Amino acid sequence: MTAATRAQTRTSATERPVDESRTYAAYHRPWWFRTFISAEFLIIALLILVWIIATTSVDNFSGPLTVRYLLMDIAPLLMIALPMTLVIITGQIDLSVASTMGLSTVIVGILHVQVGLSIPVSGLLAILVGVLCGMFNGFLVAYVKLPSLAVTIGTLALYRGIAVGLLGTTALTDFDQGWSDLATSSVGESRIPAIMIPVVILILIFVVLLHFTPFGRGLYDIGHNEQAARFSGVNVARSQMTTFILTGSVSAAAGIFYTLRFGNSRGDNATGLELEVIAAVLLGGVLIFGGRGAIHGVLAGALLIGVLSSALRLEGVTVNVINIIIGLLLVISVLAPTLVAGAQRIRARLSGPSSRPGGSPPTAEPPESPDAPAQQNSTPHKTTPPETAHRESAPADSASKPTATP
Amino acid sequence: MSLSDSTPVLELAGVRKTFGSVTALADGSITVYPGSIHALVGENGAGKSTLIKIVAGLHRRDSGIFRFRGADAAFSSTAEAKNAGIAVIYQEPTLFPDLSVTENIFMGRQPRSRGGRIDKQAMQDEAAEIFARLGVNLDLNRPADGLSIADQQIIEIAKAISLDAHLLIMDEPTAALSGVEVERLFAVARSLRDEGRGIVFISHRFDEIFSLCDTITVMRDGSYVATTPTAETSNDELVTMMVGREVADLYPKTQAEVGEVVLAVENLKSAGTFADISFTVRAGEIVGLAGLVGAGRSEIVRAIFGVDSYDSGSVALNGSPVPKGQPSAAIRAGMALVPEDRRQQGLVVDASLARNIGAAIRRRLSRFGLITTSAENRAAGPWAGRLEVKTSALSMNAATMSGGNQQKVAIAKWLATDPSLLIIDEPTRGIDVGTKAEVHRLLSQLAGEGMAILMISSELPEVMGMADRILVVGEGRISAELDREEATAEKVMHAATARHEKNRQEAAA
Repeated sequence: MTAATRAQTRTSATERPVDESRTYAAYHRPWWFRTFISAEFLIIALLILVWIIATTSVDNFSGPLTVRYLLMDIAPLLMIALPMTLVIITGQIDLSVASTMGLSTVIVGILHVQVGLSIPVSGLLAILVGVLCGMFNGFLVAYVKLPSLAVTIGTLALYRGIAVGLLGTTALTDFDQGWSDLATSSVGESRIPAIMIPVVILILIFVVLLHFTPFGRGLYDIGHNEQAARFSGVNVARSQMTTFILTGSVSAAAGIFYTLRFGNSRGDNATGLELEVIAAVLLGGVLIFGGRGAIHGVLAGALLIGVLSSALRLEGVTVNVINIIIGLLLVISVLAPTLVAGAQRIRARLSGPSSRPGGSPPTAEPPESPDAPAQQNSTPHKTTPPETAHRESAPADSASKPTATP
Repeated sequence: MSLSDSTPVLELAGVRKTFGSVTALADGSITVYPGSIHALVGENGAGKSTLIKIVAGLHRRDSGIFRFRGADAAFSSTAEAKNAGIAVIYQEPTLFPDLSVTENIFMGRQPRSRGGRIDKQAMQDEAAEIFARLGVNLDLNRPADGLSIADQQIIEIAKAISLDAHLLIMDEPTAALSGVEVERLFAVARSLRDEGRGIVFISHRFDEIFSLCDTITVMRDGSYVATTPTAETSNDELVTMMVGREVADLYPKTQAEVGEVVLAVENLKSAGTFADISFTVRAGEIVGLAGLVGAGRSEIVRAIFGVDSYDSGSVALNGSPVPKGQPSAAIRAGMALVPEDRRQQGLVVDASLARNIGAAIRRRLSRFGLITTSAENRAAGPWAGRLEVKTSALSMNAATMSGGNQQKVAIAKWLATDPSLLIIDEPTRGIDVGTKAEVHRLLSQLAGEGMAILMISSELPEVMGMADRILVVGEGRISAELDREEATAEKVMHAATARHEKNRQEAAA
């Protein structure tokens, strides 16, 4: 056997001409497909629809103050949703953002009202506290390798506890009037609140960070497959640490705005906001398992929540009902990818096994796991969305054919 | 053996299966007799897996004849196929890690005693009886977690026997096994054959096919090519039938000019995994790391590349030390690692081709710290072209590609970093003969261009056909260093299984 296989060979390495001129199309789908057939576009369309319905049928929604208050109301949500997007794309979650925000309002209140520091100084210190909160989360998740869900449920209680512990049930309200006016002022003569200037800057920063830097590319890799990311030279722990520091610091910044806008520092400020933030991110098309999502979808998700609550409030719907609706939206957004995959499977069954190359018809789904056809993918990765999990276990035989260029 | 008068246990003729416009199987035909070990060979994409999946009840055929034990069959689930007496043993079995060996064998159909309670004693007895029959010694009560893949396969086989399977299909069972384990598996397979069961054996390794199987069926491009008794064919004839053309040669190694030392590893040690690892790789040289699976070869290269840390020792590339535990630093220094598991380590299979090829060169693709998809596409296109990756567009997910194409993408990703050292772990595992030859040609060409290559391979012919120098790793130590001229299969296997004491002398020599 060895004689045959070791046949001393002197053929030129470039014996078969290498087709260097072979070119590839950049995309396998046309631009309109990529733009319009996406989770992001769906949510943007929904936002526009809800906006039109609200403008035409809700009294006062088109009034001059609505946009102003709507934007001020959702400014913290918009801000925190940005770093939260990064965290969720890596496959993690940060539930402690609202508590960090509450802690931040307490820190600003104590330092400004009780200690007598200026707003910029106390604000900076509050952001520093936010950074520390994020570092603590990040350390436990990235370096100690604890699940972020458990860690941040813990720090959700911890940071809130510290905030309430520092101030008790009292509220500090004696804030510098100039700063409070600034927080509620508008851009020039327009209806746009001034807070939107830093918010827009923040949005731009996060768009660049997520979509146009090696760091952002690495976050998607981590969300898809942490091990492969590490093998590609992505510093997984440092990236995760960074995302948690970003949620912590941005939450603290949102807390400063909140404090100044309402002129009020209390331990229970912004309680429950984390759910709205996560709802906005998931509604915006970010996959809860990581690896997929984009900032523009998240912005639409946050705006949708803002417009819905604003319109419903104007209709006289109570906060509890609004919470129920947001909760439902959250569940639907998590369910949607699974439903889409299910719909594809049903379509596949109706039209025979034709429409999904490589996918097994539903009747062939193995009922027990031990014998599942998982030759290569024996333990389906948790970050694999159901739809692609199917494609992964597709036979190499059939998968290779449709992709071949003639 | 005269088998012609008995009824075939499995008979497929002209079986067709399409997925949309794609024909995965055009003419699947195979006839397996009881008491026979039947090899099914073909390149990746030849339709073997589809054929197996039809037999196993995962897919339904579109047309054609499918008879099992003489009766027409059409299974609509794996459970149906299993109940009929078909067992499939995959490359990597999926067991319940926390359950015992016995419990895994009887999962879902535990024998009951009176009152509906699980009869543990009956389970134990039957399991012990099966293992005795197989001549295998396995602790029945230990949890499946931590068992070697070989032992896990034995459990799957035991499960098949307890179900009294008439047909066993082994889908590349030996890919992750060491030599001794392969021998044990073969012994088990032969004893099953002698009990009159039919066995279908799928493998890319010809030496195994020739030593185990009595009949060979070849498939190509979704169609049946030929069936021949093993004794009447040869290695070369098989390859020709599989690829439909003469493969000039599988190991096109050319002599390259050997230059400066590129990689210098000194006294690398990681407690409990490897120790005393010292070697160099020069420019233009292909150094093969041979040895048994589990000997510590992958761990050594992972430590060199920085994915894992190590306890002591040093790694230097082109004369400069490489900090430990930092893949990014190793990449910057000019190191590249194509890991053994391309789906879990080598690629992000859910990301696009362009993202994958650009993954290790993002800093270089960035301008002012910013990276764009078009920059990635511009970089990925030529590399995909050079490796002849078959895909319709750069935005295709790597998950949609065949194993051979994925491996090309993984290699392209690392060649794009323009490394001075390429470490490649099992370069051709699970890929077909045609692509194999392409990968080998590429490696030879790269060495010719002055790249230093460190190649791990469990396939002896590959190591001996490609490497200028072979380092044999046994039990975490380098047990021998052999030049291309002096290397023989016997020497390598001997060194791979030898003990340390002797190794030290050889390493010193």
